Amino acid sequence: MEFEPVLLRHLGVPGIQHLETYQAQGGYQGLRRALELTPEQVVQLVKDSGLRGRGGAGFPTGVKWGFIPKNHPGPIYLCVNADESEPGTFNNRILMEGDPHQVLEGTIISAYAIRASVAYIYLRYEYGRAYRILQRAIQELYDHGFLGRNILGKAGFNLDIYLHRGAGAYICGEETGLIESLEGKRAWPRIKPPFPAVQGLFHKPTIVNNVETLACVKHIIERGPDWFRSIGIPPDPNNPRDMGSFGPKLYCLSGHVNRPGCFELPLGITARELIEKYGGGVWKGRQVKAIIPGGLSMGFLTAQELDTPLDFNGPIKAGCLGLGTAAVIVLDDQTSMIDVLYNSCRFFAHESCGQCTPCREGTAWMAKILARIRRGEGYLDDLDILLEIANGIGIMPGTTICGLADGAAWPVKTAITKFRAEFEDYIRNSRARLHPVREPIRSH
Amino acid sequence: MPVLSEDLRQAIENYTHRYATRQAALLPALHLIQDRFRCVPAAAIEELADLLDLHPAQVYDTLSFYGFFRDAEHPLGKFRVWVCRSLPCMLRGGEDLLDGLCRYLHVEPGQTTPDGSFTLEYAECLGACELAPCLLVNDECHGPLTLEAARQLLDQLRQQGGQHGI
Ligand SMILES: Cc1cc2nc3c(=O)[nH]c(=O)nc-3n(C[C@H](O)[C@H](O)[C@H](O)COP(=O)(O)O)c2cc1C
Ligand code: SF4
Ligand code: FES
Repeated sequence: MEFEPVLLRHLGVPGIQHLETYQAQGGYQGLRRALELTPEQVVQLVKDSGLRGRGGAGFPTGVKWGFIPKNHPGPIYLCVNADESEPGTFNNRILMEGDPHQVLEGTIISAYAIRASVAYIYLRYEYGRAYRILQRAIQELYDHGFLGRNILGKAGFNLDIYLHRGAGAYICGEETGLIESLEGKRAWPRIKPPFPAVQGLFHKPTIVNNVETLACVKHIIERGPDWFRSIGIPPDPNNPRDMGSFGPKLYCLSGHVNRPGCFELPLGITARELIEKYGGGVWKGRQVKAIIPGGLSMGFLTAQELDTPLDFNGPIKAGCLGLGTAAVIVLDDQTSMIDVLYNSCRFFAHESCGQCTPCREGTAWMAKILARIRRGEGYLDDLDILLEIANGIGIMPGTTICGLADGAAWPVKTAITKFRAEFEDYIRNSRARLHPVREPIRSH
Repeated sequence: MPVLSEDLRQAIENYTHRYATRQAALLPALHLIQDRFRCVPAAAIEELADLLDLHPAQVYDTLSFYGFFRDAEHPLGKFRVWVCRSLPCMLRGGEDLLDGLCRYLHVEPGQTTPDGSFTLEYAECLGACELAPCLLVNDECHGPLTLEAARQLLDQLRQQGGQHGI
């Protein structure tokens, strides 16, 4: 069966950013359908669909919504995570700029389902174009009774949507960092529990969802959970905890490919197919050296691992942190892994919020060591030191508050284990050039 | 004379209605202030604290967390140009673009040209990696750009001069 895109279906339709055109294309039917159901029924449909969050962690959306305390007097908040800062990732931007009402429809349906009366769209500052497009679209919705009080005549369904612009910090994408930032504080992620669904923004129950997740909700309500489950990969029978990888996914493709871009495909397509069939192959007629399967935090796959399916499990089986944001970055065979890993470490050192010592110090030292290796002053022992640091920081080893540190560690672990010979050669050869006679005596 | 004009105070006050606490209006308020002054003057911090029922240290704490806001000694130029240096851009020449523009404008990242036209900065992933290598002028993205095309873009902006943004 030929896969038919839904999330990107209306991209490029002239005027689709306007309510009138969007409605003429069948827009807001999902919302009307949702309003015929109870909020509990909407939550159940999303649970049945198996939708997992698109923001990086892959947590089942309906299950998360179910954590909101029953009969809570409110207010309950919905935060739309539009901070999108994971290097390689740009699908939220494409959705918001290209089809803003689709995102807003998903937001309104989700707010209805969780009984939220206010939704904040936390939008990274850099998305100025998306900001202005969404601002206009939200105004249209107020003007036409889709926002405000008793929405579309549904007594008691009230919702305000506010745009909230960030100020250029990656950590604001972490859901509790986002909440702190929204509250006007520095974006220091919170210790969990309590989870935001119980105590989040302004101490009230709060759901944080990614833009793409919310866009999926709209289509689940419109087409039903069975349609959603007909796309993607069923649960792994050998893994009782696996919930499957269902639905369409927006894969971002960047780096050394002929046609970088955002492609909507069923979850579980292989990296090879994505690169060759949709990305037009590696640029300049070169070969793949490595790829990153899901945003910089996920680590590396080698050229031999290109048949890894890009579902929620595939990259994990190949030693990566996960599917992440499904942003695939391609490195050609002329690329230096030393340069790449230095770039990665510099990013995470720059973006660590600084509140956990292992992350603050670990990311900074990894970047310093790599800078030293890169300028030709590395020692072979440095590689084991890097691995030791990487193994020691993160939620997985239990030393940090948020996942940024895991994201900093995985590129280091996978690069050094999968490309160790290249690092060793580089260190040996640059040492040889610097000190042609003998290895210097280490001073520390 | 207060630094924050009546209309600016009103605009900030309007933001407070969106949130359960007055503190939550802090980031929008800082954006309004920096848009107006191209920096956040020290006096504005005090006045803003007063307006939002905060201690000035709380305002400063938040402000200083985000590398985004400038003090009065380091105001932004007319155009703030952010050149992306993250991996997807680096793979397609982002670092050379940044380097080349530093040399073209005779500034280091973070500095402003003496004529006050441009503040050049490096950025981490701008969320436009399909347009790599790319840069942001204020909050609008341009890419993919060769160094030559980027220079022309800056020349054009300089000529437009007068108004903010593009
Ligand atoms: C360091 C860090 C940065 C993150 N950045 C983002 C982001 O920019 N956008 C996003 O949706 N999720 C981001 N996340 C994941 C969020 O914490 C959260 O899991 C997600 O927004 C939940 O939405 P979802 O369930 O719809 O995916 C980040 C997580 C970490 C640890
Ligand atoms: S792990 Fe790093 S980024 Fe996350 S809270 Fe700790 S210091 Fe901040
Ligand atoms: S790396 Fe430059 S925009 Fe993403």
